[in-house]
Amino acid sequence: MKHWLWLAAFVAACALVPLFGNNYALRLATIMCLYAGLALSWNFIGGMAGYPSFATAAFFGLGAYVSAVLQAKGVPFVAAWAAAGFAATIFAALIGMAILHLKGHYFAIASLAVVEVLREVVNTAEGLTGGGMGINIPLQGMSADVQARLFFFVMLTMTVVLLAATIIVSTSKLGFGLRCISQNEDAADILGINTTFYKVAAFSLSAFGVAIIGAIYASWVQYIEPPDVFDILYSVKPLVMVLLGGLGTIFGPVIGAVLYLALEELVWRNFLTVHAAVLGALIVALVLFLPNGVGAMFRQWRKRPAVQS
Amino acid sequence: MIYFQVLANGLVLGGLYACIAAGFSLVWGVLNVINILHGTFIVLGSYIALFSYNFLGIHPFISVITAGALLYLIGHLVQSSLINRVIAAPVLMTLTLTFGLDLLLNNLMLVAFKADYRKLVLDNPLGRLELGPIFMPLDRIAAMGLALLLTFLLHRLLRDSRIGRAIIAVRMDREAASLMGVNVSRINAITFGLGAMMAGAAGSLLSIVYPISPLNSGMFLGKAFVICVLGGLGSVPGAIVGGLALGVIESFGAIWFGPEHAVTISFTLLILILIFRPAGLMGKRGFE
Repeated sequence: MKHWLWLAAFVAACALVPLFGNNYALRLATIMCLYAGLALSWNFIGGMAGYPSFATAAFFGLGAYVSAVLQAKGVPFVAAWAAAGFAATIFAALIGMAILHLKGHYFAIASLAVVEVLREVVNTAEGLTGGGMGINIPLQGMSADVQARLFFFVMLTMTVVLLAATIIVSTSKLGFGLRCISQNEDAADILGINTTFYKVAAFSLSAFGVAIIGAIYASWVQYIEPPDVFDILYSVKPLVMVLLGGLGTIFGPVIGAVLYLALEELVWRNFLTVHAAVLGALIVALVLFLPNGVGAMFRQWRKRPAVQS
Repeated sequence: MIYFQVLANGLVLGGLYACIAAGFSLVWGVLNVINILHGTFIVLGSYIALFSYNFLGIHPFISVITAGALLYLIGHLVQSSLINRVIAAPVLMTLTLTFGLDLLLNNLMLVAFKADYRKLVLDNPLGRLELGPIFMPLDRIAAMGLALLLTFLLHRLLRDSRIGRAIIAVRMDREAASLMGVNVSRINAITFGLGAMMAGAAGSLLSIVYPISPLNSGMFLGKAFVICVLGGLGSVPGAIVGGLALGVIESFGAIWFGPEHAVTISFTLLILILIFRPAGLMGKRGFE
């Protein structure tokens, strides 16, 4: 119950942005919802099941391209987004059955290779995707202001859906099974958990969320090209956010996304040419000093005795 | 016969690929760390060769030594000061750590050297070999020979030296090696240093074949992944077989399917091998 109250508070806080904030704040809030959505989606497979997936960029790009190609053929955008989600779910289920029996680094590499292959396939399938030229997604005949608000609310809705899904999964049998797999897969198997089914379910769920967010992103920016949406940073950023907020927790990914966006915005603004280096240094510091996320740091801090003798 | 030429091209490229992958495979096999920095280390080696040649007139084949030594120091330092702190953490942590370090180093190189593609042009090339239907620049053949020689030396080092035996012992069983009196964190640092040294040496040799830019690091890293999986993890002979195989596959793939599909072919191969033969073509160890 407590989780749902926090969810309501999050929605209320976000819904205030378009009322009071300017366009810059609105854009930032949209990106925040995008990041939070990606982090929440990755958390199903990476956080709960403990499988270090780098396929996020593959699902993001796949979703963006499925919806873009469909929209270019005249399909209305909501239908195109849904189609992108289902296409990625099926794709992830098939790929997942093949690569989810790999462990540790091998799984990480295989999932990374999925990104590379998809990017090159989209790059070379010029007839359908426009190849390296990218693809334009036609405007929907709305003013820029209305569009900005529309995409913010759509992105927010998606984030809320994923947050609700996280709460449901984490308190259900699926979440329990995934945590068992993360702790000791062989033991989980012996206890009668259908590990293959659980892992594929988590992978597909993750792909579903990421692909729809990718599809919405494509409509939002109105032009996509393979190096943009299949950027490996889309695999790495959610991972960093979840590490920042706390692996496998419910609100950790959202907190991580907010913190990450704040840092990114600060770094971008002040260190334009070396922003990647600062981001890198941040990641290094995070791994070395805060491996359990900021949440764990606060919990430790609260546990400290008030008066030290 | 065009096929002989394609095969020769593939083998020459493959020798260099073996050198790229040997260090990466060693670090992965012994430390269980995927060193995302490897591609950037290779590019750094290329820059050392480029600047040595342009400003000091030192031939890239000699820069192999300086680049290797310098990269060894960097690698040793990175492992002993940073990676050793989290070496026992889950896979995700070390991977994320080296990714962060790569972002940092690669960005600094972009700022220092710019993103322009540069080319090392030798003033006195060695000429070319004409063997029946095959034409090949002698410099490339020499580079391939040196690359294979270095890889072979690494193999002998692991086989014959005390340090090498200690590295193999750590790869087999970290705790047991520690109980036998091996200083594991020192061996970790030496192993990572050796990996970086191979990257630097490979970078020097590659400087006469590939254009040089910090943007190339991802491509080299991708090749190292594929070769490692192809040849099997942590074994130097595996890296040689995997490297030569990838060179030949890429060359033939380029004429049969077109050069634009080279990446698709090699990564599809990677996924297929991971699915059907996860220990690699030469590997014996399990895949966990």
